[in-house]
Amino acid sequence: MRDVSDIVAVRQQTRQWAGEVGLSLVDQTKIVTAASELARNAVVYGGGGSVRLELLENGVKKGLRLVFADQGPGISDVEKALQDGFTTGGGLGLGLGGARRLVNEFTIDSEVGRGTTVTIARWS
Amino acid sequence: MERIPILRLGHHLLVSIQVDLHDRLALTLQDDLTQRLAENGARGVLLDISSLEIVDSFIGRMIGNIAAMARVLDAHTVVVGMRPAVAITLVELGISMQGVRTAIDVDDGMRLLEADTAGEAGNNGERPPL
Repeated sequence: MRDVSDIVAVRQQTRQWAGEVGLSLVDQTKIVTAASELARNAVVYGGGGSVRLELLENGVKKGLRLVFADQGPGISDVEKALQDGFTTGGGLGLGLGGARRLVNEFTIDSEVGRGTTVTIARWS
Repeated sequence: MERIPILRLGHHLLVSIQVDLHDRLALTLQDDLTQRLAENGARGVLLDISSLEIVDSFIGRMIGNIAAMARVLDAHTVVVGMRPAVAITLVELGISMQGVRTAIDVDDGMRLLEADTAGEAGNNGERPPL
C-alpha cells in the first residue's frame, strides 16, 4: 500500500477472502471496515506499508487474519492512540479504536522510529 | 478524472454513489456538491448510499461534512439506503451520524425533503425574492 487509492484494493481483497472463509455478511462488513481503517492509517501515518492475509482454521471454525505493517514513525503512546477521538492527522480519531471493536482479535506492536504492525482476526 | 454524477431533481440534488468510494473521490464529491449547491440554490440533497458495501470513518465523516455544508448553504440533506450490515458496523465503529437525517429509500427521502422545503418556505419550495 503506497497511496490512498490502494485502500480500495485492500477492501476488495478482504471482502473476497472473508466471503470464502464463510463469514456472515455483518462479519464481512466489520472486517472489511476495520481493514479500510488500518490500510488508511498505514498509508497516511505510516508512509505506506504492506498487508498480509491469512486463512485460519480451528476445528470447525474458520477465520481471517490480516497483518498490517508499516515502517513509519511509530506510535509513542499506543493506549492514547486507541482512545476514541485522539488524532494527530485531523481525522475523527476513530480508526484504531474503532477497528479494534470490529474484530475478535486485535494486537498492535509499535516502536517509535521503526514502524507499526497491527494484527486483526475475525472468526466465523 | 472520475466523478460521481450530481443530478438535479426539481429543487433538489440527487447523488447516488454507485462505485467503491475511494478517499479522493469522496473529497471530490464533497467539493462538487458544495459548488452545485452554491450555484443552483438547491433546497435539498438526497444522498443514496444503497450501493456502498462499507462506510468507514472517512466516508462517515464525508457524509457528515456534506450535511453540514449543505445546512450552511440553506439546504437539507437526507441519506438513504444504508444497508443493515453497514448500519451495525457504523455504530460499533463509533459513528453516530448525529445531525444527519436518514430514510429507508429514495422515495421516502424525497418525501422528507419535500416536506422540509414546503414547511420552511411555504411557497412550493421557491426561495423568497431577495
